[in-house]
Amino acid sequence: MATVTTHAPATFEEAAEALAGAAAEGRRVRIVGAGSKLHWGNPTDAASADLELRTTALNEIVEHNAGDLTATLQAGVSLADAQRTFAEVGQTLALDPPLVAIGSYPPPTIGGVVATGDSGPLRHRYGAPRDLVIGATVALSDGTIASSGGKVIKNVAGYDLAKLFSGSFGTLGLILSVSVRLHPLHDPSATAVGATDHVHTLARAAVALAAFPAELEALDIAWHGGRGGILARCGGREASRRAQRTAERMLELDLEGVDVAEPDEPLWERQRAGQRSPDEALLRVSVPPAQLAAVLLAADAADATVVGRAALGTSYLTLAPKAVADVRRRLPQGATSVVLDAPPGVELDRWGPVGEPALRLMRRVKQRFDPAGICNPGVFVGGI
Amino acid sequence: MASLPPQFLARLRHICGERFVLVNEQELATYRSDGLLHYREVPAAAVLPATAEEVREVVRACFAERVPWVARGAGTGLSGGALPVADGVLIALSRMRRILEIDLENGRVVVEPGVTNLAISKAVAPTHFYPPDPSSQIVCSIGGNIAENSGGAHCFKYGFTTNYVTGLEVVLSDGTVVELRRDDPGYDLLGAFVGSEGTLGVATRITLRVVPAPETVRTLVAFFTDTGAAGDAVSAIVDAGILPGAIEMMDSLSIEAAEQATGAGYRRDAGAALLIELDGPQERCLTGFEELVALCGEAGALDIRIAQSDEERELIWRTRKAAFASMGRIAPGYYVQDGVIPRTRLAEVLREIDALAGEYDMRVANVFHAGDGNLHPLVCYDSSQEGEAERAEELSGLIMKACVDAGGSITGEHGVGVDKKSYMPSMFSEKDLEAFQRLRCAFDPHGLANPGKVMPTPRLCGEVPGPYREHPLERAGVAERF
Ligand SMILES: Cc1cc2nc3c(=O)[nH]c(=O)nc-3n(C[C@H](O)[C@H](O)[C@H](O)COP(=O)(O)OP(=O)(O)OC[C@H]3O[C@@H](n4cnc5c(N)ncnc54)[C@H](O)[C@@H]3O)c2cc1C
Repeated sequence: MATVTTHAPATFEEAAEALAGAAAEGRRVRIVGAGSKLHWGNPTDAASADLELRTTALNEIVEHNAGDLTATLQAGVSLADAQRTFAEVGQTLALDPPLVAIGSYPPPTIGGVVATGDSGPLRHRYGAPRDLVIGATVALSDGTIASSGGKVIKNVAGYDLAKLFSGSFGTLGLILSVSVRLHPLHDPSATAVGATDHVHTLARAAVALAAFPAELEALDIAWHGGRGGILARCGGREASRRAQRTAERMLELDLEGVDVAEPDEPLWERQRAGQRSPDEALLRVSVPPAQLAAVLLAADAADATVVGRAALGTSYLTLAPKAVADVRRRLPQGATSVVLDAPPGVELDRWGPVGEPALRLMRRVKQRFDPAGICNPGVFVGGI
Repeated sequence: MASLPPQFLARLRHICGERFVLVNEQELATYRSDGLLHYREVPAAAVLPATAEEVREVVRACFAERVPWVARGAGTGLSGGALPVADGVLIALSRMRRILEIDLENGRVVVEPGVTNLAISKAVAPTHFYPPDPSSQIVCSIGGNIAENSGGAHCFKYGFTTNYVTGLEVVLSDGTVVELRRDDPGYDLLGAFVGSEGTLGVATRITLRVVPAPETVRTLVAFFTDTGAAGDAVSAIVDAGILPGAIEMMDSLSIEAAEQATGAGYRRDAGAALLIELDGPQERCLTGFEELVALCGEAGALDIRIAQSDEERELIWRTRKAAFASMGRIAPGYYVQDGVIPRTRLAEVLREIDALAGEYDMRVANVFHAGDGNLHPLVCYDSSQEGEAERAEELSGLIMKACVDAGGSITGEHGVGVDKKSYMPSMFSEKDLEAFQRLRCAFDPHGLANPGKVMPTPRLCGEVPGPYREHPLERAGVAERF
């Protein structure tokens, strides 16, 4: 059996050389940040990688341009560390996937968050990594170091390769650094909450609140065993008054136990925690937001726990691995679902079906960027 | 003007109908240029397909004969992106103007590419709106917006076209139709397509996110002695954490031109005007607006006028929107630049532009999106004066370079097209450009879609080098299930 060597390059050039060297020898490379999501994507057996490239030594916050609300971060910077730096001047990278270690998983690097397209409740207002990354520098398997985008928040020169690499699971090359757009920290915050034990009441409330012009920072649902609720977060100086008004709207929507939580951070910590499942399977489901009821009914049938983005139609279901197939059958037509967490050794179709013409195009993209086929082989859709 | 084989033209006529295939020079004249009139080329033929199927069949016919083609929306582009190729086909999408679905429960609309930008906001009003709002919104097409990743006054707060496209049906240059959806697993090919300037395929069906209309809108215009003071006000506002729906700046020359056109009452003795609009929930707008007024005062505003009615708001905006078109009143011709700078470098770069204008003895007006640092210097010239157009172009190039040197970009929303392609190497290395080319080759290996745009020099794709290793999953046939 081949032995896996580990290497943590300290410069961009070293990283690019390591990739090129591996390509020349036909060695397969596994790209690793903090290692918090290595089990996402198609499982690969130990023999499928010959070299592990870690970004942990590329851990410099290269620039933080507070006045311009932008920053450039090397891939190995821990997202939590970056947030601390930004918070010192009242700013934030509006990207809030789970940061604290859950189970045995270490907190993520910015490179890993971008490469997996991970996000949290703030996606409601600020989007996913692809919406916040304004430039990227990458290393390709032929030793190329290439940049796209830039360091300004508005820029249309050249193709947007930063988006292509966001969510590419390291299969196109290694992200060396990213430039990101920052936002003012919206302190303080207040959250209106309402509960119900009717699927359709919750689904209706979700649609109505998505159209409520309160400029919410986040709009989430939580659901388990036939009961759940909705959480609407307001940020900024008048947060409490806006949350109060949102709560009044919740009463009109037949929600119970309506209240305004202040401080509200623990509520959101719980929502984020619902996006990880150390012991069971975690299924991320996407549907048009008005089809939330169908997702919740499917979840109930499988005794799944749900957290989700009400206005975006994205839900995270924690459930027994053996229930995944059944939930997928019950989802409305056109839904997509991806298995993220899963216990080791469990066989599951991670990515679900992907349309053939799109998949062929993705294969061509892979071939152009990683002609040697050595970057994280096999982990992605269609076995890319 | 080149000509195409008769059988090929017959095929196009069979697909689109006799009337919708244009080959004589007179009929083709409309399509010679986009909004940049000094680039001209007559295509060998223009077709006006009515449906996505017709587009697909046209593209297939072109592929079979290896005929290059250029998609065209409303032709308002400002980078020569829709400039035809002489031996190719121009595919005009202006007949594809149907709004196919309005689904406000899910906050989305589905449209054909020829629908105008404004028609979308109108279709979802009054409860919703579509935020990216180029000043050309009355005429420009959503297909063109997608190709350019267009911006507008409201983008600093709300984001750009790319943040609102959730689904595309695209015809690739070999005639394959692909569905790209934002939440589908796999590479973000949707994100790569938006802003690709018609070089990766034709978008034939577009799904967009629309958002709830703001509850309150408050608008003011503040006048300053110079652009430096106005720039300070912008910084103070952003630093205070206020996120206006729009912050637009005009300098004295553009105020002068726009006032001549609209007579809206902007102060002609001011060195700069800032148009600021705050929108959102009542509570936020009220406190924010008071603070805004105070910050403008502290930055030395000479005068602040607050719109007291919809009519007054309309008037304030009319002057800003007239700025481009009215330049004709003070100069026979002008070049529009689209450089971006980090906002904190604003004062410095504007001074540099002034100095350059002085050196060239030419006038440069500035009217721009101040929040995101996207300048629109308008370099005025008179082409009846020998050599002036050339000198204006040279000056434009130096302004672009000043933007790049300040850490910015050569284009914020108009695109590279043919106009700025020779400046791409000032921003990107040869390796960067090669990486762009990899994407282009994956989508369009024969280079048939809008050739000669974006990249500074023509490039061929070649075969994929090296072995592509099949993953065990693919070999095992697992991929077949997908
Ligand atoms: C007065 C004026 C003001 C302007 N203000 C702004 C502004 O504020 N912000 C801004 O961003 N721009 C602005 N523009 C520029 C221009 O309006 C935009 O770039 C617009 O998006 C172009 O749309 P169009 O339909 O006219 O596209 P065209 O000019 O016809 O084409 C532009 C590009 O899109 C491609 N294309 C068109 N349709 C498709 C399709 N369906 N699929 C694939 N590719 C396609 C073409 O090949 C070409 O490369 C302005 C222009 C003018 C004249």
